Amino acid sequence: MTSDDLESMSVLGDPVRRALYRFVAEQGRDVGRNEAAEATGVQRTLAAHHLDRLVDAGLLEASFRRLSGRAGPGGGRPAKVYRRVREERTVSLPPRDYRTLALVLAETVDLLGGEEKAEEAARRTGERLAAGEAGGDLVEVLRARGYEPYEEDGRVRLRNCPFHVLADTHPLLVCSMNLALCEGMLAGLGETGVVATLDPRPEECCVVFGPSKNNVD
Amino acid sequence: MHLAQLNVAHLREPLDSPALASFLAALAPIYEVSDDAPGFVWRMKEGDEPTDLIQHDYGPMLVVNVSVWESRETLWNFVYRSAHLEVMRRRRQWFLRMAEPYTVMWWVPEGHRPPLDEAIARLELLRAQGPGPEAFTFKDFYDSSDAACLPAAAEVTK
Repeated sequence: MTSDDLESMSVLGDPVRRALYRFVAEQGRDVGRNEAAEATGVQRTLAAHHLDRLVDAGLLEASFRRLSGRAGPGGGRPAKVYRRVREERTVSLPPRDYRTLALVLAETVDLLGGEEKAEEAARRTGERLAAGEAGGDLVEVLRARGYEPYEEDGRVRLRNCPFHVLADTHPLLVCSMNLALCEGMLAGLGETGVVATLDPRPEECCVVFGPSKNNVD
Repeated sequence: MHLAQLNVAHLREPLDSPALASFLAALAPIYEVSDDAPGFVWRMKEGDEPTDLIQHDYGPMLVVNVSVWESRETLWNFVYRSAHLEVMRRRRQWFLRMAEPYTVMWWVPEGHRPPLDEAIARLELLRAQGPGPEAFTFKDFYDSSDAACLPAAAEVTK
């Protein structure tokens, strides 16, 4: 954790800013000032002020885009749009550094060729995590774990990869472990009509939940 | 500059064995994804069929792939953020674990189609000297600006 991270967090102390940040983050795309203002029920100028403060704090990034979709003359003036920054902020008091240890462990699994064991361990962990919520709602469990689930074409996709840093350094290992973890969660929840599969997309988590084959037939 | 990459894999069993049937079956759909992927430039082909593997002199158990991409990001998105990931997950069914690096990247001038001996030389360089601007990996990546000032890159351009 750096003092910058702590400072960024303190910007979220304001409830309006927090609501705006949440709204922009949840959309997973560029959001204009009007849209953000309407969604959070504040005036446009106030929303603009707070959105820019979130940019200054490094929590959102801004760019200019024609929201009408029309280019060239008549397309209108480009509007300022916002989206969440990719880089993560971590605050831990007192300081903890699980990331470095996780990187070392991932390296170790690679060196030992222990992918299968790692996947087994991830599956067991997923089961344990979800066991307390047996019968609970999958989407709520995913949301609580930071996956930012959303629906698309009857399947649940995940906007956020909670293991992003490691998925960048050890993608094959981490995505395989994440799939196993999600399968474990399904088992822990007693969810038999749903299967987890890998269907990675740029910028998103690699796992998708869809109806199991038995359920479709 | 464009990004070239080679990967090699050692088969567990001969290509015509039943264990490798699922590998051969996975090729057509995966080439459809790669050839359509944003940033894909070129890949080495032996014939028109996806199962026409590249012929070479490094033994019947070695499978090789050479392709060229516009950038690190586009290659990364194909390798790890597409249907290719699921195929990679199954690699142990078909291929042996390798202690040495089995994939290498290097920058090539746009329009250059690296022949296999050039690609293998880059892999040998990576194995001998570790990652550098002339032969590197996703983990230890070098920008094209690092490679541009190398004499080797200038020679290829001639």
